[in-house]
Amino acid sequence: MPVQCSSCGQNRAALKRPKTGHSLCRSCFFWAFEEEVHHTIVSGRLFSRGETVGIGASGGKDSTVLAHVLKVLNERYDYGLKLLLLSVDEGITGYRDDSLETVKRNQQQYDLPLKIVSYEELYGWTMDAIVKQVGLKNNCTFCGVFRRQALDRGAMMLNVDKICTGHNADDVAETVLMNVLRGDIARLRRCTAISTASDGEGAIPRCKPLKYAYEKEIVLYAYFKKLDYFSTECIYSPNAYRGHARTFLKDLEAVRPSAIMDVIHSGENLSVREGVKMPVQGTCSRCGYISSQALGLPKLGIGKHHRLHGKILAQQPLTQEEERKLKAVDF
Amino acid sequence: MCEVDEENSGCLQSRSVPGVCKMCVKCKENTAVLIIRVGDAFCRSCFKEYFVHKFRAMLGKNRVIFPGEKVLLTVSGGAASSSMLAQVQEGLGRDAPKKLRFIPAIIYIDEGGVCGQDPEEREETVAQLETIFRKTGFPYHIISLEQVFSLPSSVLEPVPGGARQPGGDYKAAVDQYIQQSKLKQKRGEASVEEAQDSLTHLNIYSPPSPEHTQTLQRLFSTLKTLTAKEDLLQTLRQHLILHTARTHGYSKVMMGDSCTRLAIKLLTNISLGRGASLAADTGFSDSRYGDVVVVRPMRDYSSKEITFYNRLFGVESVFTPSLDTKAPDKASIQRLTESFIIKLQADFPSTVSTIYRTSEKLHTASSPQNSSAEPSAKCLLCLCAADTKAEEASAFQATLLSERLSVGKAQSDPAHSNPASSNPASSNPAGSCCQEQGCGAGGCCSTSRIPAPTDLKTLLCYSCRLTIKDLITVEALPHYITSEAEKRQRRAQMKEEIGEFLLDEDEDAE
Ligand SMILES: [Zn+2]
Ligand SMILES: [Zn+2]
Ligand SMILES: [Zn+2]
Ligand SMILES: [Zn+2]
Repeated sequence: MPVQCSSCGQNRAALKRPKTGHSLCRSCFFWAFEEEVHHTIVSGRLFSRGETVGIGASGGKDSTVLAHVLKVLNERYDYGLKLLLLSVDEGITGYRDDSLETVKRNQQQYDLPLKIVSYEELYGWTMDAIVKQVGLKNNCTFCGVFRRQALDRGAMMLNVDKICTGHNADDVAETVLMNVLRGDIARLRRCTAISTASDGEGAIPRCKPLKYAYEKEIVLYAYFKKLDYFSTECIYSPNAYRGHARTFLKDLEAVRPSAIMDVIHSGENLSVREGVKMPVQGTCSRCGYISSQALGLPKLGIGKHHRLHGKILAQQPLTQEEERKLKAVDF
Repeated sequence: MCEVDEENSGCLQSRSVPGVCKMCVKCKENTAVLIIRVGDAFCRSCFKEYFVHKFRAMLGKNRVIFPGEKVLLTVSGGAASSSMLAQVQEGLGRDAPKKLRFIPAIIYIDEGGVCGQDPEEREETVAQLETIFRKTGFPYHIISLEQVFSLPSSVLEPVPGGARQPGGDYKAAVDQYIQQSKLKQKRGEASVEEAQDSLTHLNIYSPPSPEHTQTLQRLFSTLKTLTAKEDLLQTLRQHLILHTARTHGYSKVMMGDSCTRLAIKLLTNISLGRGASLAADTGFSDSRYGDVVVVRPMRDYSSKEITFYNRLFGVESVFTPSLDTKAPDKASIQRLTESFIIKLQADFPSTVSTIYRTSEKLHTASSPQNSSAEPSAKCLLCLCAADTKAEEASAFQATLLSERLSVGKAQSDPAHSNPASSNPASSNPAGSCCQEQGCGAGGCCSTSRIPAPTDLKTLLCYSCRLTIKDLITVEALPHYITSEAEKRQRRAQMKEEIGEFLLDEDEDAE
């Protein structure tokens, strides 16, 4: 028996919203999804008129949907933003090649300017080269740190005012859980922030317009809009904590679909005791990039951060000891 | 996906294989009988010393329990709370400098009615526990969960905090206590021990009537999910403990949560949306009720240590089934979180202690969870500070918007968004027919007087809303909850009507 759309009450429902359980027709779902992102942008004061906004585009579903929705909303509500796509080529064979092809197609479909910055051009090496050096494990650390920096550098070349990324509600909730599991109170407090201000030179403000959008709804949106995206995950495995947190979150969602939002609500309302030491972000003297206990490789020993970092950047061979330590971080 | 992985992994300490430790690390004389952590191999007597010391140290460090204060120990029959009871006995029996000086009593909440026990099994469990309780010589209260149906609504009213604040005047209070007991001894008055004996009026357990048990079971059967059942059980249990503490003058309530239990509770509460009250829910002390403060002196012990202690020193415990005893791992959020942490702990022994340390870094002391806030700012059920006045850019507002956009304009009346509700009042604005006219019983509004689920929601915190959302009909709730809800709603309505004349918005006339 066909189910009627609970919003318009006229069309036949095409899907059941993972977030609320309501049955909606396609156009009502599109409308709700876009309006919710619009509300996030407006209430979070993410952008100002006249700004140039770089969309971190990986070719994956999140950033593809983000680019599409931002373009739609920029026109519908006349945000007055100059949008462009910003992509990083890490030099991962088979992964980035294909995903960059997707980004290039997106550029044409959405008619947005595209800038690709490559590791090779920025640092003189590729992720594949790093894998040869340190092995397959724990590369997301490098992926993450260097990717962040690469996006910033690309954004600076284009005079971008803000970078927005495709982080969705699942990612944010997962990060909350992960930081609880590893007792990282400083990041626990920061990780639910919808935008980060420009702190320290070299960093461009970032924001997450899809912060309250469920991953499943992003997939549904891309599916019904027939958006072109690349769906293979990075071959370099995520770290241990994130893996556990992700599995746990999926299980939570299966028990109670609102759990993703509930975890974010918890994260947004935590109050941290005064006097608990928060690591201060500074700029790494060697690589010139923001480094805190956070961004470096703290568990390897703080002192080793610069030496390792420097060596990797300078493409020097690592000692056996260093390689062993790099690998020991993961399991 | 690499995008989200800009943060490196920490180091999960993998299980380390303990070497064969033969000697006790403390006395270096006796053979070790157990290893708590790597390198901590204790003999029997050194382990006891270590365990007993930890209990006193926890109380000593926090200084919230005053000499001569009446303290209610919640004992569930489980290992941790039974061990807590043993520690209190141990502490009271010690010599002067190390002696605990408060006046203990025990409370047991019999949840058998909703946890699958028949009346005979319940009586048997109670009999076993009574045997243990009698041996302690402490007064005890055995209360069935059915008694929530006779609770007064005053239990939901936060009472302004007691005069005593932790820390500051603790020393003065101790001195005063010592002076007084010396005086009493001179005058031949009863000492604490004797006073305690005279207090030992045994609270004889009266089994609940079958009707009450049925009412209770009906309430739980109107909850659609096990998650909500477990959450409501927790809340009701807390109300019974609070009421008992208040009516008998216990100003502190001790809970036996171990470090392991608290780690599970912390992650459970995050998953349930209880982040705002996390510090109160998992910290050493919780003063949200004002006059009665909850303390958790077992929070430094792992469940493993407790099991060892109980086995080595013959601490008895009694098995009681819980709501999720036979449920599969993914039956509820509480159950899921427990099995998740226990599995992770088995692979990475630092899991529990890492999560537990998080709770120590959270905020408890200051205003948000303080007892001084006006009642309307507190959640009707869990009595935590309301966390739903969130700013526009929040998960709470985003959820409300999603709900609104999914039902559309044409059908946005509350009845439609709540198809499970069989309550006629929900389609009828509450109290519209007989507002402030004192409509008699059985009149037009006998049903609409009960707040519809949507109305009750406005009085609840984020997480309790989720629980009530899973409730098919609020009519099944105990009367003390619905009547307090009505009272608060009337007050909120009044405030709205006179709003334009009020100069200070935060001023509460009470
Ligand atoms: Zn529709
Ligand atoms: Zn560096
Ligand atoms: Zn010894
Ligand atoms: Zn509540």
